[in-house]
Amino acid sequence: MAETVLETHGLTMRFGGVTASDNVNFKLKERELRCLIGPNGAGKSTFFKCVTGLLIPTEGHVYMRGQEVTGWQPHQIAALGVGIKTQTPNVMDALSVHENIWLAARRFNNVAESRARADAIIERLALGSIARTELGQLAHGERQRVELGIVAVADPWLVLLDEPAAGMSAQDVDRMTEIIHELTRRAAVVIVEHDMQFIRSIAETVTVFHQGAVLMEDHVDQVMSDPHVRAVYLGKKA
Amino acid sequence: MKRTMSQDVLITLVVSALLIWLMPLLISTYTLTVLVIYGMLGLSLGLIWGFGGILCFGQAAFFGLGAYTYAIAAINIGESTVPMILAVVVPAIFAALLGAMMFYGRLTDVYLGVITLVVTLILFKFVNSTAGPQYVIGKARLGGFNGIPGFQTLNVPGDPNAYIWGDPYFYVCAVALVIVYLLVTWLLRSSFGRMALGIRENEVRMGLMGYDVAARKTVLFAIGAAIAGLAGALFANWGEIVTPNLFSLGQSAEIIIWCIVGGLGTRLGPIVGAAGLAYLKFMLGQQSMIDNTLITGLILVLFVLFLPRGLVPAIASLLSSIFGHTRRKPSNRRMRRARHG
Amino acid sequence: MDLSFVILVEMLYAVASLVLISAGLAVVFGMMKVINLAHGEFMMMGGYATITAVGLGVNVFVAMLVIAPIVVGLIGLIVERLVIRHLYGRLVDTMLATWGLSLVFIGLATMIFGNTTTGISTPIPGFAVGDYQINGYNFFIIIVTILLVIAMYAVLRGTRAGLIARGTMQRSDMAAALGYSPDRIYMMTFFCGSALSGLAGAVLAPLVGLVPTSGGAYIAKAFITVIAGGPSLIAGLVSSATSFGLVNQIFTFAISPVIGEVALLIAAVVLLRAMPSGITGRFFKGKM
Repeated sequence: MAETVLETHGLTMRFGGVTASDNVNFKLKERELRCLIGPNGAGKSTFFKCVTGLLIPTEGHVYMRGQEVTGWQPHQIAALGVGIKTQTPNVMDALSVHENIWLAARRFNNVAESRARADAIIERLALGSIARTELGQLAHGERQRVELGIVAVADPWLVLLDEPAAGMSAQDVDRMTEIIHELTRRAAVVIVEHDMQFIRSIAETVTVFHQGAVLMEDHVDQVMSDPHVRAVYLGKKA
Repeated sequence: MKRTMSQDVLITLVVSALLIWLMPLLISTYTLTVLVIYGMLGLSLGLIWGFGGILCFGQAAFFGLGAYTYAIAAINIGESTVPMILAVVVPAIFAALLGAMMFYGRLTDVYLGVITLVVTLILFKFVNSTAGPQYVIGKARLGGFNGIPGFQTLNVPGDPNAYIWGDPYFYVCAVALVIVYLLVTWLLRSSFGRMALGIRENEVRMGLMGYDVAARKTVLFAIGAAIAGLAGALFANWGEIVTPNLFSLGQSAEIIIWCIVGGLGTRLGPIVGAAGLAYLKFMLGQQSMIDNTLITGLILVLFVLFLPRGLVPAIASLLSSIFGHTRRKPSNRRMRRARHG
Repeated sequence: MDLSFVILVEMLYAVASLVLISAGLAVVFGMMKVINLAHGEFMMMGGYATITAVGLGVNVFVAMLVIAPIVVGLIGLIVERLVIRHLYGRLVDTMLATWGLSLVFIGLATMIFGNTTTGISTPIPGFAVGDYQINGYNFFIIIVTILLVIAMYAVLRGTRAGLIARGTMQRSDMAAALGYSPDRIYMMTFFCGSALSGLAGAVLAPLVGLVPTSGGAYIAKAFITVIAGGPSLIAGLVSSATSFGLVNQIFTFAISPVIGEVALLIAAVVLLRAMPSGITGRFFKGKM
């Protein structure tokens, strides 16, 4: 019986009159890989922000490994061992790749250990040639990769990624897929994405959001062939 | 961080020993002492602003607080050792409380600026209004706008009659600055220093990594205040009087100007800026052709417009391009971002 | 009865002078997201412009209400073209540059007018209410302020320029996309903001002795009033000026003027801590 690592009960987020996230009940098992999909404005990102503490939900509860974390600050959630990557690359531009990743490792390890871990991750992500380069001088794909390194180096048991493949080249996406698969050996992974190509290549179970609520949750093949989902995506009546 | 720590320490010690030996041949030690003290004050803001991204409009508050703490404690105790320690500790505690209030409230740039500015004003107004005889702390009268004169100045620890003044006092201040500089160097190389840089660059990311950003900013803010407090106590000893002007907005403005002119994101910049501009002001004070304030203001405007990185980084990159060092120049972006924290 | 009337006038005066002091800064900040730290010096120059004009034989009201705003507005225009223009979008840099400018103006004023206090007498005599003497000029300031707020509202609400201005306030990029040159809008805004500062300085000049460093007394109050007011221009200005003015006066009457000032500042700190986006960021969202 696998442990539930992330669970939400009736998660609701309203902005003024708009309900961006509507009574979402969500459950994620240990080492599970889950994709959240849905058209623009479906509430995926709002859900993501509520879970990561970037927003405080209007109603409902968030649990991580049984611990209630509703209303916690992002840093408190991250300190539990949760790796978070936001939609736009969130990195330290004036610091080098190594410094960026080292800082993430240092939060949970001593100096020597952090160095070793950072070096290992840099090698694994093939960032060795740019390890001393400032992030501000890197291309978008490289920055995304560094941010994934920041997440991975802390050895999290739950990873939350918001559109990790956005704006990446095909080659970068392949590498990203590989890294994510590697992550799932240790951690449960939630990916918010709307690139169907990428989802097909990576996903098993998919949760579909529509108008703030969960439309369906099933294996990726079922979801892709479901008339409702197709209607939502293509805007046709089912 | 290209050089190792021990190389850094060695260079610092050699250069500062040379300066301490040579400078008194050019400028009187009385003037030099205050330049050194201003250098320390500049460094205190340079640390929190340049490396932590905290723009404090009220660094003078901690300077003044340090000076007043020293003066009041010295009158009550009659010996300088404990007052010196208090002058560091009291501003640090004050800053820790103020910082915790601001940073846990997630206040950023402009609001931070307003609050630090306002707190400085409150202190200024309050101290200015304490002329009456009812404002007494122990044996010390606060004296309002007249300030507090006649307190025990620095003495050899344990011997209240062995005053340290004149040339020896200059050496004490200079050595204190070197020690503070080395401590700052060490701090910036430590994990804490690198976290501060990370926070300056991207608070959200540091938070998502699991760092309690507010706590670290509060600590850095308090460290900056402690250094400013020490500078204040040294200044009190130099001037042998403390007045509310130490808290004034003009004083705060000057500290910010020192940092801009010298160069943010460097350790040396704020010290050079402080000493250089204070000396310039001293020289200008001896002529009456052009108003002093006008020149200070003009310098600030010109630097913001044309040399926003400040002197020290500009000279450093100039030197490295002349001598063809392979070291990569710090990008313009780095310095600009440093400003905005 | 008489006392309460006097207190009422004093309260209104405190609020009005805060609005007056902050209006120029609020316009510039609200429209351009530029904090003009030379605002106090613009007021100082408004004062000197009035005194100089009166010295040349101009009617005091013409000097205050016409000449001072125009002179300071033009100075503002020059400043905008030479300095501020290059720093748009860099909030901290503009703060620093305008702080530098404020020092430049203090220096210039010192060189031109000397470091001594000059002043003009208040052109309106005081009168008595019962046992109390009321400063008639305070009424004038209250009326000027009310007219000013109404005028600002009318311009923003009722004119084409006001509409463009409101659009720019909300989304400067969209205003630009619709074909309004932000460069020109900013230039005009800075002119208006400076003119308002000049007007405020001129109107307040008879109440204070003018020295080149007079601006310092205003900038902090204006700064906190505007920031605490938040994003809505007029509602923010009036609401925060009212809160601070009342706090100031209550403590001034109850204890002393110095405590009144300190209470105002403490109120500002508490307010900003409680409402980091200002009063109107919290309560009057989307209003002007």
